Amino acid sequence: MDYSYVFLILLLPALSFLVLGLAGMKMSHKVAGLIGTCSLAVVTVLCYYTAIKYFLIDGRDATGLFPTVTAFDFVWIKFSELLTFTIGFRLTPISVMMLIVISTVSFMVHIYSFGYMHGEKGFQRYYAFLSLFTMSMLGLVVATNIFQMYLFWELVGVSSYLLIGFYYPLHSAVAASKKAFIVTRFADLFFLIGILFYSFYVGTFSYDLTAMPELHQNVAGVAWVMPMALFLMFIGGAGKSAMFPLHIWLPDAMEGPTPVSALIHAATMVVAGVYLVASLFPLFVEFAPEALHWIAYIAAFTAFYAAAVACCQSDIKRVLAFSTISQIGFMLVALGVCLPGETSGVDNTVEYADVNGLGYMAGMYHLFTHAMFKACLFLGAGCIIHAVHSNEKMYMGGLRKYMPITHVTFLISCLAIAGIPFFSGFCSKDEILVACYNFSPVMGVIMSAIATMTAFYMFRLYYVIFWGKSYYETHKAEGAHQPHEAPLTMTVPLIVLSAITMLVGIFGTLHVFEFGEFVSANGIGFGTHINWAIAGTSTVLAILGICLATYMYKGEETPVADMLARRFPKLHQAAYRRFYLDEVWMFVTHKIIFRCISTPIAWFDRHVIDGTFNFMAWGANAAGETIRPWQSGDVRQYAVWFITGTVALTLVLLCI
Amino acid sequence: MSILSLFVVIPVLILLGLWIARNLNQVRGVMVAGSSCLLALSVWLTVAFIQARQSGNTDPMLFTYSVAWFKPLNIAYAVGVDGISVVMLLLSSIIVFTGTFASWQLKPLTKEYFLWFTLLSTGVFGFFICIDMFTMFMFYEVALIPMYLLIGVWGSGNKEYAAMKLTLMLMGGSALLILGILGIYFFNGATTMNVMEIAANNHIPADIQNVFFPFIFIGFGVLGALFPFHTWSPDGHASAPTAVSMLHAGVLMKLGGYGCFRVAMFLLPSAAQELSWIFLILTTISVVYGAFSACVQTDLKYINAYSSVSHCGLVLFALLMMTKTACTGAILQMLSHGLMTALFFALIGMIYGRTHTRDVRKLGGLMKIMPFLSVGYVIAGLANLGLPGFSGFVAEMTIFVGSFENGDTFHRAATIIACTSIVITAVYILRVVGKILYQKVADPHYLELTDATWDERVAVCCLIFCVAGLGLAPLWVSNVIGDAVGPILNVINF
Repeated sequence: MDYSYVFLILLLPALSFLVLGLAGMKMSHKVAGLIGTCSLAVVTVLCYYTAIKYFLIDGRDATGLFPTVTAFDFVWIKFSELLTFTIGFRLTPISVMMLIVISTVSFMVHIYSFGYMHGEKGFQRYYAFLSLFTMSMLGLVVATNIFQMYLFWELVGVSSYLLIGFYYPLHSAVAASKKAFIVTRFADLFFLIGILFYSFYVGTFSYDLTAMPELHQNVAGVAWVMPMALFLMFIGGAGKSAMFPLHIWLPDAMEGPTPVSALIHAATMVVAGVYLVASLFPLFVEFAPEALHWIAYIAAFTAFYAAAVACCQSDIKRVLAFSTISQIGFMLVALGVCLPGETSGVDNTVEYADVNGLGYMAGMYHLFTHAMFKACLFLGAGCIIHAVHSNEKMYMGGLRKYMPITHVTFLISCLAIAGIPFFSGFCSKDEILVACYNFSPVMGVIMSAIATMTAFYMFRLYYVIFWGKSYYETHKAEGAHQPHEAPLTMTVPLIVLSAITMLVGIFGTLHVFEFGEFVSANGIGFGTHINWAIAGTSTVLAILGICLATYMYKGEETPVADMLARRFPKLHQAAYRRFYLDEVWMFVTHKIIFRCISTPIAWFDRHVIDGTFNFMAWGANAAGETIRPWQSGDVRQYAVWFITGTVALTLVLLCI
Repeated sequence: MSILSLFVVIPVLILLGLWIARNLNQVRGVMVAGSSCLLALSVWLTVAFIQARQSGNTDPMLFTYSVAWFKPLNIAYAVGVDGISVVMLLLSSIIVFTGTFASWQLKPLTKEYFLWFTLLSTGVFGFFICIDMFTMFMFYEVALIPMYLLIGVWGSGNKEYAAMKLTLMLMGGSALLILGILGIYFFNGATTMNVMEIAANNHIPADIQNVFFPFIFIGFGVLGALFPFHTWSPDGHASAPTAVSMLHAGVLMKLGGYGCFRVAMFLLPSAAQELSWIFLILTTISVVYGAFSACVQTDLKYINAYSSVSHCGLVLFALLMMTKTACTGAILQMLSHGLMTALFFALIGMIYGRTHTRDVRKLGGLMKIMPFLSVGYVIAGLANLGLPGFSGFVAEMTIFVGSFENGDTFHRAATIIACTSIVITAVYILRVVGKILYQKVADPHYLELTDATWDERVAVCCLIFCVAGLGLAPLWVSNVIGDAVGPILNVINF
């Protein structure tokens, strides 16, 4: 049980950030990239070693659960006798799983960036920020308490800000980075207030339910606190995980370099909200099952909304961004539908894990599989953008001939996200749908419908990129560049990630690999069983979606799609403009906050408050001016006043 | 003679040295030597203080020394430090040290400038070491007067107006202060001016306390940018030369918070309890109001001045929460804001020195032209909006956690309103960073500008190091402060 080495997992990327940040400008691109990549390679090895040790070597303890291991936990600030802000390293099944996800994707992105960012100005800075992000994200998932999570939460936010704004001369990149930071900060405000409520009443920042036997006494009598605090924390998570209506920053965040989108805005940071809810899951179950249901409703709506928008976007990265939002919705729905009835507490039985806690396992499973195939999709999109120098689908088409490796890996990932058997997305999405049907048939039907939409828009994307009319071939005469396959540094990560997708899919479908053995709601392992009634239906639906996409988008021309866009121009336009939510938010921030709050306050300050003080100064000055003539130096005037005064005084005295 | 007197003696020696100095290099030499001595002394004092505390010395004040100065009114030159003053001295010496480098290239009248600058710092150091109310007040005045000349002579823009406004408003505050100090002195039996002795043997009647508390709190509050007495700050900062802005926002404004805590609340505890709600409302307004005002300013220094109103409002806000955690947070916030805002003003001064404009609308794309200064500016901005790893996060979180310890709805609501400032801060910081550093170069003339010189690098690096150091390893500072805050709060919450 010796995990003393794990501090290296956080320290190495931090050091790499410092070295690259301070001395990066003096290094060549190659050295800088190698420093970043090597340190991350070591971190990846350590993470895999930790996972193997945790799950396989040490395994379950005497009670049949994976133990919660706190490798270290030191006091960072001591607020009061009760509340101590500690920073530590905590291993639980989900945090170990997250270590694997983060280190794998991050390592792949580091390698990929060698090719993608080749020759870019600011290459060193890019690797420095990647290291900073990786460190923060790893710190977030191993948090021993909610405040540590908040600390790293802010750090991932700022790394995301720096990386979205990487191309800082571009106005759009700067605006996008600002938007991302401010929207997530706004959500974090609720997170912070939630933490304040939680810590005050519970008396600790820790969220380990089992370690707090006195918890029920502490919150007795203030029953409203826990649901409110937990829901406030969820709002923070919703901001990072781009839940409606706080999702507006994520599509714009695609202004960043594509590998960054793959790492931060698809695989790791955006699932922080899911991870947060999963970490607080026992608390939710114990104190706020209704809040959990609300999370499910919000997430289901978000999943639907994002899927609808994704069907109409023309920028391939935006399609992927909305697909990410939709898939995160799936994960949160899975967590939210865990409790169909009134259940108090997590029962330590296999049946519980299999029925009531199924959504938890499914959500985490989907997080894992989604990270791999979505990173692969984004990196594939990066290769395509690299080849055609644009994000817009009109510059693509027919690329399968020119980019065979990208094509195959992209197809694998599309099949996975669509939920076709023997691909990883199938295993996880099927479990989510089962959990939804357990919760209520309505939820199940809705989520199945969204899954169908997913298959449709992903294959629409696939066809417009790799099939259809080739932009190069039709514009060859005008000097269009011939698209070419990406270099090896870029294709190897694609192959690795799609291989993981395939392997997990095949072994998962054949019950060789059982995710439920490692991660489950109450820690007790169980074998997943594919419910073919649901899985079969959803597979058929997914194939239908794919067929529809094939019918509409495979050919050189897309008459059906064009016709639909013409028939419903308003709807198409609204979906293309993301149902005008950005405009609404712009109205709120620019018109209301700037025009109606800040400007009047600034005016008030300058004119009313400052005016008052200036008026006082003016008054003193004017008074001085008024009484100055009295001291004229004119002796006759003094004599007049003197005599007048004497007479007046005498009269007054005589009268008395 | 106590070691603390050196904090006054060294500046006096610097003044002497400056007077003798014959050329620019000698002036700079004297300033560097002197401010390094002060820095070394304050570091040594901090270490000695921590060691003394660890060896079990629990006196409220250490290194005390007292000599009668004006018998008829029992005025004494009494010095002594607790954890709060130790960190404040450390902060002051860091700002003076970096301020020296930040005004390295200041011309003309360099010698005279440094003379007034040093006199100002004498006042600041004297204020923090003293525990005699009247001597404190005297040093307070010593710190204020040079501001008038420093802004009026070496300032920029509408400097005469700004200098006059600042001095008059702060003088108005001092008028209230001296009334309050005399009130405390006479109603406590006219036996001592020593803060510790008054606090230990306090028999000022409660209704008299209620009369004099507003005098002292507002008197110091003017300097601490308490709404609505803050309007000297934007004009004053905008016109002041770089190092003066640094010293003023970094240290002088902290005199306000320190005084409110040490004199107003400590010596008039029952009034503090009774009247705190009024001032809590005012400080909550300060916090949010300053942040919103900063959002629409176009002058870089105005933005930072309003940001200071917001952050210093948070200091007074936390003090009035009167829990140990919140008050520790308040002192941390003083320290943190002092360092961050000094860094900000230093960078703004350096950018202004090159571009000759501070108008946000006319700047743009500086990241390409002056990468060092721009990166510094981004770091300062991130520190200011409370990014973990920098001091602002530690201070703000301590304040919010501490404020939440008050369980009633009024304090809760005030805390939540104050919390919103962290979002508004992000808005105005990122707006400026996005406008002036990123995007395209706004004016082709800027392309010929150069990056920071070595002396500017020293100042910036030193401040960034301190901001990050405090943000990464806050425990020792918060312990030192917490130990000192405890006894004072025991008096207030008797």
